[in-house]
Amino acid sequence: MMDIIGEWVLPLMVVSIIVFGLYKKVRVFDCFMEGAKKGLKTVYDLLPTITGLVVAVTMLKQSGGMELIAKAFSPVAALLGVPEDTVPMALLSPISGGGSLSLFESVLKSDGPDSFLGQVASVLMGSTDTTLYAVTVYYAAVGIKNTRHTLYAGLAADFASFVLSPLFVRLTLY
Amino acid sequence: MMNYVWPVMIIFAFIASIITGNMAALSSAVIQGGQDAVQLLLRLVAMLCLWGGIMETAEKAGLTAAFSRLLSPALKLIFPRLKKNEYALEAISMNITANVLGLGNAATPLGLEAMRRLQQLNPDASKASDEMVVFVVMNTAAMHIIPTTVATLRGQYGSQSPMTIMPASMLTSACALTVAVFFAKLGNRLGRKSK
Repeated sequence: MMDIIGEWVLPLMVVSIIVFGLYKKVRVFDCFMEGAKKGLKTVYDLLPTITGLVVAVTMLKQSGGMELIAKAFSPVAALLGVPEDTVPMALLSPISGGGSLSLFESVLKSDGPDSFLGQVASVLMGSTDTTLYAVTVYYAAVGIKNTRHTLYAGLAADFASFVLSPLFVRLTLY
Repeated sequence: MMNYVWPVMIIFAFIASIITGNMAALSSAVIQGGQDAVQLLLRLVAMLCLWGGIMETAEKAGLTAAFSRLLSPALKLIFPRLKKNEYALEAISMNITANVLGLGNAATPLGLEAMRRLQQLNPDASKASDEMVVFVVMNTAAMHIIPTTVATLRGQYGSQSPMTIMPASMLTSACALTVAVFFAKLGNRLGRKSK
């Protein structure tokens, strides 16, 4: 069922926009080209930022530093009633989407998706996004240097997901 | 921001590598990172061009205005100062729609377009406006209704019921989004007072 929705939503959106455009007598391909050109310019603006960010993230992942922090954080997790094994995922998810996804997969493999840990990890994974990436890219696209409190607010939300995911799993599934 | 975050990440990675003895891995990470960046950019080129084009078409056809009207009660609450600014609100609506439908690939290009329109209203072009902070923070939280990626992976790893986590996931996402917007707005208010 979910697979079907997942498969349909994207093509349906593209087709319905184009069909609606035709119905409104829009020159759809000309419009498409115009917008696509704007997109190309954005990529050019983003290139340096993304290179810098991705190199730093890859270094951080490979250094083993996240595991060190995770170890330091596990007593805090225990205090909050959060399973210790979600700590590395929670720490990595604001920085690297791919990194936290592979940690998520290893939890699914080791403990199974229907275990408590597997469920908490699923909820955590489904309710967070790559905060640092979003903040960096969104502002870089318009050349803003001073992002004010954006990052703190984003990280506060990630922390809320971390604390709330086991709570809501307990409430809704047990 | 990146002037602080970026060096901290790199220096921390270096020190951690000394402690863990992972220097060889770090060394290959520097090269690998550059390659990963190019790959990500190639994906972004496709995404940005495709969705830039689709957005333009949707806009000319008046579809974005319709979405914006649909979301306007909520948007007026979140962005009270944008009431009269249909142009920016339309792009924001498209971004939120893509997010809610779980179309991450579409959400980013549409979000960047919204940022560009917010930038036109921004009095100080080097500093994030109040609306930008709220908008970006919303995009750092998950807004999708159906966690498709997670459900698919759960299925692949043999879950009996991949979707059981949906209520918990929705509740958690909703709370996180509220926290995000709350802190963004709190910061905005404090910023205005200190001026």
